[in-house]
Amino acid sequence: MAGKGRGIAAFTFNIEALGLSRGSMPETQRGPTPLFPQIEYKPVPLKAGEDEDYMRALKQEMRGRMKDLPFNVKPHAGKGDVERYKEKYTREIKRIEDDNWTPDWNRLPKELKPQKKIIKKKRDTTKNAKISSKDKVEVLNKLDELEKKGDVKSDEEDEAEGGKKEDGEEGEEEEIEAEYDEELEEENDYIASYFEDGDDYGGGSDDNMDEATY
Amino acid sequence: MTAQEVRLCGLLLQEHFGDVVEKVGTHLIRSGVLTLRALAHETKLPLDLVKKSLCVLMQHGMCAFGAGRRGPAGPVEYHIICERILHMLRYPRYIYTAKSLYGDTGELIVEEILQRGQMTMSSTVKTVADRLTHNMPEGQSMDYSEVVSAFSRLVETHFLQRCPPLASAESSSSGEVNTPLPAVTKHTEPEDHPECYKLPYINLTGQGKRRRSSEDGEAEQRAAKKAKTDNSERGDEGIYWQVNFQRFHLHFRDQAIINAVSCKLDQTSGEIVRTMLRMSEVTTSAHAAFTQALSANEIFRALPSSYNIARPILDQYLTLLVDDPMEFVGKTGDSGGGMYVVNLHRALANLARATLESVVQERFGSRSARIFRLLLRKRHLEQKQVEDFAMVPAKEAKDMLYTLLSENLVQLQEIPKTPDYAPSRTFYLYTVNQLPTARLLLQRCYKTVGNLIERRLYETKENKRLLEKSQRIEAILASLQATGAEAEQLTEVEEMITAPERQQLESLRHHINKLDSSENQVDETIFLLESYINSTQAPR
Repeated sequence: MAGKGRGIAAFTFNIEALGLSRGSMPETQRGPTPLFPQIEYKPVPLKAGEDEDYMRALKQEMRGRMKDLPFNVKPHAGKGDVERYKEKYTREIKRIEDDNWTPDWNRLPKELKPQKKIIKKKRDTTKNAKISSKDKVEVLNKLDELEKKGDVKSDEEDEAEGGKKEDGEEGEEEEIEAEYDEELEEENDYIASYFEDGDDYGGGSDDNMDEATY
Repeated sequence: MTAQEVRLCGLLLQEHFGDVVEKVGTHLIRSGVLTLRALAHETKLPLDLVKKSLCVLMQHGMCAFGAGRRGPAGPVEYHIICERILHMLRYPRYIYTAKSLYGDTGELIVEEILQRGQMTMSSTVKTVADRLTHNMPEGQSMDYSEVVSAFSRLVETHFLQRCPPLASAESSSSGEVNTPLPAVTKHTEPEDHPECYKLPYINLTGQGKRRRSSEDGEAEQRAAKKAKTDNSERGDEGIYWQVNFQRFHLHFRDQAIINAVSCKLDQTSGEIVRTMLRMSEVTTSAHAAFTQALSANEIFRALPSSYNIARPILDQYLTLLVDDPMEFVGKTGDSGGGMYVVNLHRALANLARATLESVVQERFGSRSARIFRLLLRKRHLEQKQVEDFAMVPAKEAKDMLYTLLSENLVQLQEIPKTPDYAPSRTFYLYTVNQLPTARLLLQRCYKTVGNLIERRLYETKENKRLLEKSQRIEAILASLQATGAEAEQLTEVEEMITAPERQQLESLRHHINKLDSSENQVDETIFLLESYINSTQAPR
């Protein structure tokens, strides 16, 4: 319904009830409130006493200590870095503990355990590398034989030897490296199995192709 | 989880556990429940880092796992327990309380367990004994038995408890067998386990070892390795202890009530209430609204002997406490000289109300506070009535009310006279609801702490170069002093920091100290408001 007259602002409720009168309206908001508003009253000063000082010291100490504990999970640093000479001593002084602590696996779901089977694959690659560096001719001959026998058998041999190596060793360093390698292995999964043919890759595929190359 | 809580949790995780855990934790809070694969995929972090972060969070009791939506055969799902992360703000207070109750040994025990989340008793005892020995003068060392007795006392008074075991035993044979996991919905309290506070039998004799300088580092490493294998022979494998936060919170609540009574009345009344609370510690459950009824005779006998109050005077004090408008103590009967209880929930509500009033007073002035208190007491008032009761001129009352309204501390309630809510025929009443206002303030407190932490990080980052320089110079000074250098060399090194830099460092330290102190003190308000809000909710 129109108010008292055309064009004159009229509220739909009785503004007297809120204590407003037409002459004294509160200010309208101009834009969003400032990010750091002016405060009229100064805040009360902090409590300052022995207790507060002690708790503050505890807090700062704990903050520093937590950075050194193994719970502070750090992102992967560059793997190629050699451990700097001074790091051995800073670890000693600051009581930085081993980077890897083992929780009690009985209390955690199994899937959080770093996978051990990757170690075998890593042992594979180093073993292959060692072999190839020793005697190249022997290896090439061996690989020729293996290719004739078939890929499956060579895998079994390698895994059996890799497994023996794994049983003989313990230690979490392998696990770290294995975890790191897991990523490489996962990404290169396709390629790794592809290259298992070894040095005969280029020649092998050419031999099997009957079609002409364009 | 509100936005402010998530932000604060993220900052706390980053401070204590680093960026990786922070990323994993924040994402998991936002998503609710996730499986491992989903989490790794969405955070785009390498799988092993996600696994490590989850292990760290579970070690500290901040993350829990359970069978997922697909039932026990499906993948495991993880969720975060936010309040445990927020408890990290309160760690200094827990440690300080342990120190005041059980001395340095108790303090170190609680500190070690807080830093590591869960620990076995034997490893705690060894680490604490080593630390205490390190601080003792040369030649002395801390005996394990003292640490064990402090540990036992902490367990007896329920400040430490065993970590709850998993509902189903895990098969330790092969990793492929998926044993059924407890459902996510079933929430087992650690206290449901009957042996929650039972100390394991361990044979632990010996003394703390002093940390040698780096020459003996090799020998220590070998000894440490040997100690690790010795652990299994200690006899308490698999029994982990954690801090019982609820017990600490009850203690803080009791302290707050006693302080309030001492401030309002006098020291003796505070002592009486302290005695009553101490007597009903064991018999009152955590969520109880009142303590057990205690007769005046019992209270009289249990008062500490240093307070020589005569029996009639005690009765007068009790009557005074009962009549006080704050209603800390109530009378429930007349047998045994009068049966008295401490009204815990009402005391918490009154403390929260006092906090709200004080916030309004410090922010908006004492007259606004008067209006606020008036509305709290009288519930609903019209504009005119507010002006009359508060004895404030109309114009100013209006302004103050609108300011409070825009800050959401005061609400408008409409009461219609006619079925159509015609505005000219409706009452508009101002009102204050204590519980929602308390929640609002609590969120503001979280935001405040978040801002304090961010400001501290900013200050540290701005002056990083200067801080590193001063740290290096301190290290050089320390090594020079250890090798016995002359005073000239020391002063030369000290002069490497120029005077204006020294001033800058000093002001930086002052700022950071202030920010840290503020965090601790805002946390006290957070604790009060949280306790009040939790007390209004029905116990689970």
